[in-house]
Amino acid sequence: MNYLIGLLIFTLIIVILLQVSKISQVAAKIRGEEEVAMQRNNNTAFWMMVFMIVFLLGTVFSAYYYKDSMLGYGPWASSSEHGSEIDSMFNITLILTGIVFIITHILTFWYSYKYRQAKGNKPIFLAHDTKLELIWTAIPAVAMAFLVAKGLVVWNNVMTDLDPTENYVEIEATGYQFAWDVRYGGKDGRVGNKDFRLIDLASNSLGIDFTDTLSQDDILLGGSDKIVLPVDTMVRVAITSKDVLHNFYLPHFRVKMDAVPGLPTYFSFKPTKTTQQMRKELSKYPEWNEPYDPKDPEGPKRWEAFEYELACAELCGKGHYSMRRVIEIVDRDTYKAWIAEKQPFYLTNIRGTDLDPLKDKRLLPSEIKMRNTELNKLVYDAVNAVNDSASTATTIRFKNVYYETGSAGLESDSYFELDHMAGLLNKYSNVKVEVSGHTDNVGDSAANRELSRQRAQSVVNRLVQKGISADRMVVVGYGDSRPAETNDTEEGRATNRRTELRVISKS
Amino acid sequence: MASVETLTREDVLIKEQGFNDHFHDHHHGDKYQTGFLGHYVFSMDHKVIARQFLITGIFWAVVGAAMSIIFRLQLGFPEESMAWLKPLLGKWIEVTDGVGKLSPEFYYALVTMHGTILVFFVLTAGLSGTFSNLLIPLQLGARDMASPFLNMLSYWFFFMAGMVMLYSLFISTGPFSGGWTAYPPLSALPQASQGSGSGMTLWLVSLTLFVVSVLLGGINYITTVLNLRTKGMSLFRMPLTIWAFFVTAVIGVLSFPVLASGFFMLIFDRSLGTSFFLNEIFIGGQALDRVGGSAILYQHLFWFLGHPEVYIIILPAMGIVSEVLSVHARKPIFGYTAMILSILAIAFLSFIVWAHHMFMSGVNPFISNFFVVFTLIIAVPSAIKVFNWITTLYGGNIRLNTAMLYAIGFISMFISGGLTGIFLGNSAIDIQLHDTYFVVAHFHIVMGVAAFFGMFAGIYHWYPKMYSRFMDETLGKVHFWLTMVGAYLVFWPMHYIGMAGVPRRYYSFDTFDAFKHFDTLNKFITIAAIIVFIGQLIFVVNFFYSIWKGKKMTTQNPYGATTLEWTTPIEPIHGNWPGNLPTVHRWAYDYNKDEREFVTQVEPAKEGEVVDH
Repeated sequence: MNYLIGLLIFTLIIVILLQVSKISQVAAKIRGEEEVAMQRNNNTAFWMMVFMIVFLLGTVFSAYYYKDSMLGYGPWASSSEHGSEIDSMFNITLILTGIVFIITHILTFWYSYKYRQAKGNKPIFLAHDTKLELIWTAIPAVAMAFLVAKGLVVWNNVMTDLDPTENYVEIEATGYQFAWDVRYGGKDGRVGNKDFRLIDLASNSLGIDFTDTLSQDDILLGGSDKIVLPVDTMVRVAITSKDVLHNFYLPHFRVKMDAVPGLPTYFSFKPTKTTQQMRKELSKYPEWNEPYDPKDPEGPKRWEAFEYELACAELCGKGHYSMRRVIEIVDRDTYKAWIAEKQPFYLTNIRGTDLDPLKDKRLLPSEIKMRNTELNKLVYDAVNAVNDSASTATTIRFKNVYYETGSAGLESDSYFELDHMAGLLNKYSNVKVEVSGHTDNVGDSAANRELSRQRAQSVVNRLVQKGISADRMVVVGYGDSRPAETNDTEEGRATNRRTELRVISKS
Repeated sequence: MASVETLTREDVLIKEQGFNDHFHDHHHGDKYQTGFLGHYVFSMDHKVIARQFLITGIFWAVVGAAMSIIFRLQLGFPEESMAWLKPLLGKWIEVTDGVGKLSPEFYYALVTMHGTILVFFVLTAGLSGTFSNLLIPLQLGARDMASPFLNMLSYWFFFMAGMVMLYSLFISTGPFSGGWTAYPPLSALPQASQGSGSGMTLWLVSLTLFVVSVLLGGINYITTVLNLRTKGMSLFRMPLTIWAFFVTAVIGVLSFPVLASGFFMLIFDRSLGTSFFLNEIFIGGQALDRVGGSAILYQHLFWFLGHPEVYIIILPAMGIVSEVLSVHARKPIFGYTAMILSILAIAFLSFIVWAHHMFMSGVNPFISNFFVVFTLIIAVPSAIKVFNWITTLYGGNIRLNTAMLYAIGFISMFISGGLTGIFLGNSAIDIQLHDTYFVVAHFHIVMGVAAFFGMFAGIYHWYPKMYSRFMDETLGKVHFWLTMVGAYLVFWPMHYIGMAGVPRRYYSFDTFDAFKHFDTLNKFITIAAIIVFIGQLIFVVNFFYSIWKGKKMTTQNPYGATTLEWTTPIEPIHGNWPGNLPTVHRWAYDYNKDEREFVTQVEPAKEGEVVDH
């Protein structure tokens, strides 16, 4: 029915227009074709002028009306360092082209009006004018040279890759249909290798190569976590794709780069405004003081709900329009605290499981490093707690000391922890320690006590080898007499089988 | 045939001084014109083929524009039910509780088809196919194209390409939906998107046929221009229309095969297990075992055609506009030689700027430096052309008929759209504007609307040479003003949306806080687009109405133009001129010279007269 009404209205309009046309043709015959043609020509010329005035005013006023959407102005000023340069390039170009736009439009329409056909007009015969042509070849050439030079300086500054020795935060964004996965470089600050053949959607959706030491401390963000980044710090985004083309687009930061499967790309930028600062700035603008959700006028205002956003800007399929993630820019200290709480994906999810390609390897360099840092703190605390009899801090449990089964002989993997401990005892040369062995309650109690003493002795022997004087150390075998946990469960018994070091005095 | 009484000055000149090629001695009974099929369907007459291209182009323009209205409805009125479109679109409208939603998959199919159809079928075939065919022989003084048979094949390959594309709209997985640029891997892997299945296969078949059509046509245009110019028609006496069509054909012949090679590689990747464009892909829960290709290689191949393609679209429009401006301003085109040189410069530069579409695609940023330089250099010949057109208006005696209005409108559109190119060609600014609505605004104005304006100027101007009647002026002017005002209302606001960072090819803006606050503007654009679309239907009615009912052409040269097509009989005949071929004695722009309003090209020079400028 609607179709029919539409069709009827359209037909009616056409019929009316054709009748108007016929009438004017008849009128032309009566009043003289030429005169009517002139009259029409005049009318059209008049409307050309009206169009020009309305059009030019419309462009200028609409630009003013939408100034808050213009690059570099008000709420739409860039939130990154290089972004401001892009904004100013944009505005220089806008001014230059704006002048040309207005002048050429005025000339086009003014000439069409002024030189409209009229009786007695004497058109001039003007085929060319070399001087004029040279001038208007030179002007755009010079203007273009200026814009090219300025633009390329900005471009090369933005696009030159960072020197890997520089100080920057590296994250990796991986696009896939239809979301982004984000990985942080972790402690070493660099993201490690990955390989699409290693992808396993359940356990390793990025295909991270865990044998790369750079990968082992990498942090994976959850699918809906905010991407937190520090302000005033260079951020390098390594951009990759798993399936089709995507584009890593941060509109507020003037960041945009395709994600191409099999071809890693990058973009580096320095955020200059935290999310909080941006919200505060936006609160000054009336349109940002409207409610965020129009259906909930009492709810948060737009500026309060403001978030930086990551979008996809390369058609990637039917969900292309929905690849959103939130970016949060925070001050550097908040960032440090935030990242410190994040656990490396490999160590928490993969290490020691069947999926671990390094499960045969008991200790990884990164783990040794982490344990050493841990020991530094534990020994420091123990030395300071030595006069506090209530404190348990004086006792340190060796985590990575391994004995051959049923004997007291040390396996070589134990040396990492023991040698580091030797170094610490050297540092704190004024303390005396007790090295004690413990077992669970399985088997003969006396035998247990003897084995635990022998094992403690093996530890002391290694420490002596590493230059610690034997008279600073007391060796004790407690056997099963001092369980740390219940002996009723396997986990408890495992905890009870241990070697400990206790700081007993400080001179 | 004109009777003795109505012989014009030109008829006499051709009869007395023309060149007798004995054409009509050999063509008694004219085997080309016998029978309905031979005359109207498998015609080898360039004037018939031109009209076939034009009417097919109009069909596709209406289809492509209707598609844009449907996806504009989605963008402007996402909350409204589209259940009323269910009879037309079937399962692509998903109705729940009486509320119909356009499926995202089909939204992308519509966007893709709109682009493909408008760029290739309308603005390439419909524009240069129509006017190269119509005007090259007529304005050069040739009987027909160098190879009328290839010319016929060119149309029928285009027709077949269209049929295959049309068919792809109706298959169950839908037409291709990965954007008119068809970037792999999305276009190469059926598991990446529904539309990348059979729809993409048909898309590739269709466009391969289309490439054949363009090549057959192009070879013919080039050969005709180089070999079949009449006596006296030196290259630098050719009207600018012919220069534009000629250079367009050269660009097409050089660049379309590169596109075809890209298509073939894509077909291999899709069907034969190669990996020209595929590398390290994990899709559909599986790692693809084909590695070693580069998705960016396709983009190079595509844009090596893709960029010249925009000049394939705009150069014919420029040629037409130059001619129409000169005729109706009653003045020679200003800077004829500069116009030719800038066409040649633009054509040359168009081959070394392709990667400016790829600044953000992951190509080495250093390479972009060169492409920025070459891209912005194009502004110089383009500016020269604009200044020359404006100066052509200066001091004229301008007839503001519909053709002329469109020519003037073209200047405005070309300026507006060209200037925004200076933003996008500068890679630094392109970082932010790439793939936003700013780009949509830019290319729609500069090569969509502007090329349409050139086409309309040509249709209104040369309609009498196609149908011996005029199109209705009142309908024409209504059409012009609706289109001029409407097109700006549609595309100008897109600049603001684009500057605000809103990406193109989004089915919905609601997901993003940054993009969702332009609903008023999007509604406005959609309404304007509907009005412009209705305006185009007025044109279609006018076009077909005037074929039978338009004002009859009563004189051979109604505009007082100088070029050869206006020396042919009112009713077109096979072979174009009834007797001798005209010989040419001067350039095409002698308007208001030496007290005469116009002097046609067939008129011999007076003693001491300078005839070329």
